[in-house]
Amino acid sequence: MEKDTKAFQRVYTKLFQLTKATVSLNARGIGNDELAIVDGRLSQVVKIMGDMVTLQIFGGTEGIATNAEVIFAGKAPTLKVGDDLAGRFFNAYGEPIEGGEIMGQEREIGGPSVNPVRRKQPSEFIPTGIAGIDLNNALVTGQKIPFFADPDQPYNQVMAMVALRAKADKIILAGMGLTRDDYLYFKNVFDNAGALDRIVGFINTTEDPPVERLLVPDMALSAAEYFAEEKKEKVLVLLTDMTLYSDALSIVSNRMDQIPSKDSMPGSLYSDLARLYEKAVQFPDGGSITIIAVTTLSGGDITHAVPDNTGYITEGQLFLRKDSDIGKVIVDPFRSLSRLKQLVIGKKTREDHPQVMNAAVRLYADAANAKTKQENGFDLTDYDERTLEFAKEYADKLLAIDVNIDTDAMLETAYGLFEKHFKPEEVGIKQDFVDKYWEKNSE
Amino acid sequence: MNTIGNVTGIVANLVIVETEGTTAQNEICYIKHRDTRLMAEVIKVVGNKSYIQVFESTRGLKVGTEVEFMGHMLEATLGPGILSKNFDGLQNDLNKMEGVFLKRGQYTEPLDMDKAFKFKAIAKKGDKVVAGSWLGEVKENWIRHKIMVPFKFSGEYTVKSMKGAGEYKPEETIAVLTDKDGKDHEVTMVQKWPVKVPIKSYKSKPRPFRIMETGIRVMDTLNPMAEGGTGFIPGPFGSGKTVLQHNLSKNAEADLVVVAACGERANEVVELFTEFPELEDPRSGRKLMERTTIIANTSNMPVAAREASVYTAMTIAEYYRAMGLKVLLLADSTSRWAQALREMSNRMEELPGPDGFPMDLSAIIANFYARAGFVYLPNDETGSITFIGTVSPAGGNLKEPVTESTKKVARAFYALSQQRADSKRYPAIDPIDSYSKYLEYTEIAEYLNENIAENWTDSVFKAKDILLRGKEAYEQINILGDDGVPLDYHIRYWKSELIDFVILQQDAFDKVDASTSLERQNYMLQKTLEIVDKSFSFDSFEHVGPYFKRLINALKQMNYSEYGSDQFKKNEKGLEKILKEQRPEKEKEEVKA
Ligand SMILES: Nc1ncnc2c1ncn2[C@@H]1O[C@H](COP(=O)(O)OP(=O)(O)O)[C@@H](O)[C@H]1O
Ligand SMILES: [Mg+2]
Repeated sequence: MEKDTKAFQRVYTKLFQLTKATVSLNARGIGNDELAIVDGRLSQVVKIMGDMVTLQIFGGTEGIATNAEVIFAGKAPTLKVGDDLAGRFFNAYGEPIEGGEIMGQEREIGGPSVNPVRRKQPSEFIPTGIAGIDLNNALVTGQKIPFFADPDQPYNQVMAMVALRAKADKIILAGMGLTRDDYLYFKNVFDNAGALDRIVGFINTTEDPPVERLLVPDMALSAAEYFAEEKKEKVLVLLTDMTLYSDALSIVSNRMDQIPSKDSMPGSLYSDLARLYEKAVQFPDGGSITIIAVTTLSGGDITHAVPDNTGYITEGQLFLRKDSDIGKVIVDPFRSLSRLKQLVIGKKTREDHPQVMNAAVRLYADAANAKTKQENGFDLTDYDERTLEFAKEYADKLLAIDVNIDTDAMLETAYGLFEKHFKPEEVGIKQDFVDKYWEKNSE
Repeated sequence: MNTIGNVTGIVANLVIVETEGTTAQNEICYIKHRDTRLMAEVIKVVGNKSYIQVFESTRGLKVGTEVEFMGHMLEATLGPGILSKNFDGLQNDLNKMEGVFLKRGQYTEPLDMDKAFKFKAIAKKGDKVVAGSWLGEVKENWIRHKIMVPFKFSGEYTVKSMKGAGEYKPEETIAVLTDKDGKDHEVTMVQKWPVKVPIKSYKSKPRPFRIMETGIRVMDTLNPMAEGGTGFIPGPFGSGKTVLQHNLSKNAEADLVVVAACGERANEVVELFTEFPELEDPRSGRKLMERTTIIANTSNMPVAAREASVYTAMTIAEYYRAMGLKVLLLADSTSRWAQALREMSNRMEELPGPDGFPMDLSAIIANFYARAGFVYLPNDETGSITFIGTVSPAGGNLKEPVTESTKKVARAFYALSQQRADSKRYPAIDPIDSYSKYLEYTEIAEYLNENIAENWTDSVFKAKDILLRGKEAYEQINILGDDGVPLDYHIRYWKSELIDFVILQQDAFDKVDASTSLERQNYMLQKTLEIVDKSFSFDSFEHVGPYFKRLINALKQMNYSEYGSDQFKKNEKGLEKILKEQRPEKEKEEVKA
């Protein structure tokens, strides 16, 4: 961070309180949320009591002395936005990682929200080729949805794949606690796909101080707002990993002596996350911000405060897990959900899409019951046996993340499996659709 | 003279103001930040320090900034023109706001003061009136909006003069009332009311005695909602709370619907904005938006205004109830409101109650629910507020303060089950755990038996019993295995599945199935119970499921077709055919279920 002290900026050198994340000093005329530089490190005002100002130091307070130099910037954190951002990678402060300058207008990050009456209802289908997503959990522009996955799942790979197939004008990657390897992986895939000029990255790696992560999503979303609102572009924002972001929130709130809520997360976790995710929007004039995030789980536990609050905020979740029967990673149809799917399925896709989707999931649920029965050592009925066979093929041909076909082909595949294993009344879809589509596919 | 103070401390949206003058709990004040005024509410006073929660972002705010206290609490503006509007939690008209982004400090007039309404007097010179008495009426959309004696008036007044029929703007005087001291008071069509205070201009509040039809079978048939009753819908995320509430707002038999979108997703509100002006009210044929008012404080809007939003919504509902209307109030989600209280209480470093919520959470929730109800107005007309709130329990665990506090006060409990949602059995209301205390009210039972069918309640309890017995049978099958139990268990289980699939499950996104009239609910319940009453015989348990699935399929096809249509009858014939397959001679060796 440069230190071009301007004439009106006042410099202080007397800190009277230091904690792991904050410093306090006496200063006047300071605004809430204002930025300051403490001994060369970026910080932000989090509390003012009379003359006492408390600053949160993003990079941590290690080595800061009570006589450290404090310079107030007179403004909240900003990002320079412009077309110049495209194709480049930045640190948490919005500075180019490879060095150099950015031309553009300065925009406050974490700005106000869109008036709900100025939003448009999302209605544009985002095909990804992955049936676990398109068939069962179709995505729509303006949606916000995370992958729920244990840390050993290939969520970043799936996310990169989805991003490249999504036909977005811009892809904005916000990396929080990203391993260096994954950071380079993202760069590589985008480069190989010739998409680098559509990418903007804001990266905090595991090598950087964790509290810096708190700036990353706001930086990314401010850039997204620039492209979506001013340039009317379709912007896809990738937030990975929001669990690590939340960890940073809890570090700060614990150090500020706030009463922790469930799982030592701050009581304001819901609002903190909602403020970010709600930046997803469909503007009436074509621009949109779609957010795909990652929330890593611990042992698949979705009742932990981070996935739980996330689920209440986002428009569904895509749950990745390994299916041991087929040895592949699948998008779990039970625990996954796209809340906006009904805006497009059967409308932008074939009319029978919703019914086929539901029928297949129901049969898959029957298979799960049969499996429990089997595991408990009971005999299986003929129907049980058929659902189990169906489930295996369904997982392999439709749920696995390596599937890449269009939605019509997904529906045909589903009918293929229905006809192979069941009678129409066992599948239970509307007679009209049975008449129209069932026959067509039988051998 | 308004009290003036200065900012001395800032922690997020909690601001401490020092002042020499008087301030009051819940008093509204404005911070003069640069060229904007930020609205805030006093939430605690200690000595000369007032703690205020700011309804806006406090970014850039400095110590020393001037604060002006307004001498009144947060008030709703009540008058013709509320209907069909989209407000924020503080009743700002969202459509009047400039720009795509919400600018802080931008407050807009809730009503259209320049719009004239066609007025007709109801009261006449010399009439004795009290707060809430109807003085006249104007046409607002399709309703006859009553102009009432302001709720703030106390005691009896005499009408001194009334304006004649004509077109008037809301702020024009339409009547002059004389109080008992001989003082005259001018009354316009607009009045203000502090949202946290209940409007009590009614004569009495009896127990609810009739139901509010919702079109949702699992509610109407199994656990009916009373008109003027209270209910709540707890459920983990994704279990269908919002879809259920939207469905209620579309199909419930209410004159008027007030929707408070409280701390939830903006896109869900946009769905209402988009669809309601197009969709038709199934009963009146008018556009749904004509009977709906939306209060939106979505999760990205200022947290402090979230608490206000539910009160604003309730006040608007009370205002229309006082006109003799049947109002349905929906809040999604009351947990977000409780969380807003928690955030503030934590910031003030108050001693926390369970899970960090304020100690008086239960009382706050109870007082809020108590504002709903069926009432007799001063002129013996009736009005009602039926209130249904959703609850979003952390981790889906119902043993948490908001659910538990709500359970104590709400009379109907619609528990959404993760398991049912996972298996796409929508609406995922758990048939065993859920209840409606109203079913136990003799007034309601009589009403149901008179208006739906003789012995209706008997049928309902029978259906509930079959569901329970089916569940028990299912558990036994799971423990002992398919052939470890008598065949009878399978039949019993499948009979409960029949009720589950045909009565409980309902496709909210299908044009026909989304809403079911009481007449049709009766027809389908009798039809399914008839089947359930039959004895069936099977050679092996393996044949039970497939056979019942065919019955279910035929009945579901009936649900999907227009009631009484040719298609409906065709599907019914199909059903009869399947039923006839159970040959009568087999009945000798029948297995009684
Ligand atoms: N009655 C229903 N019929 C069909 N689908 C439903 C129904 N209720 C819920 N769903 C599905 O579940 C999703 C989540 O429902 P929602 O009401 O948003 O959950 P919640 O508010 O409890 O988080 C919806 O987007 C929809 O896909
Ligand atoms: Mg919801």
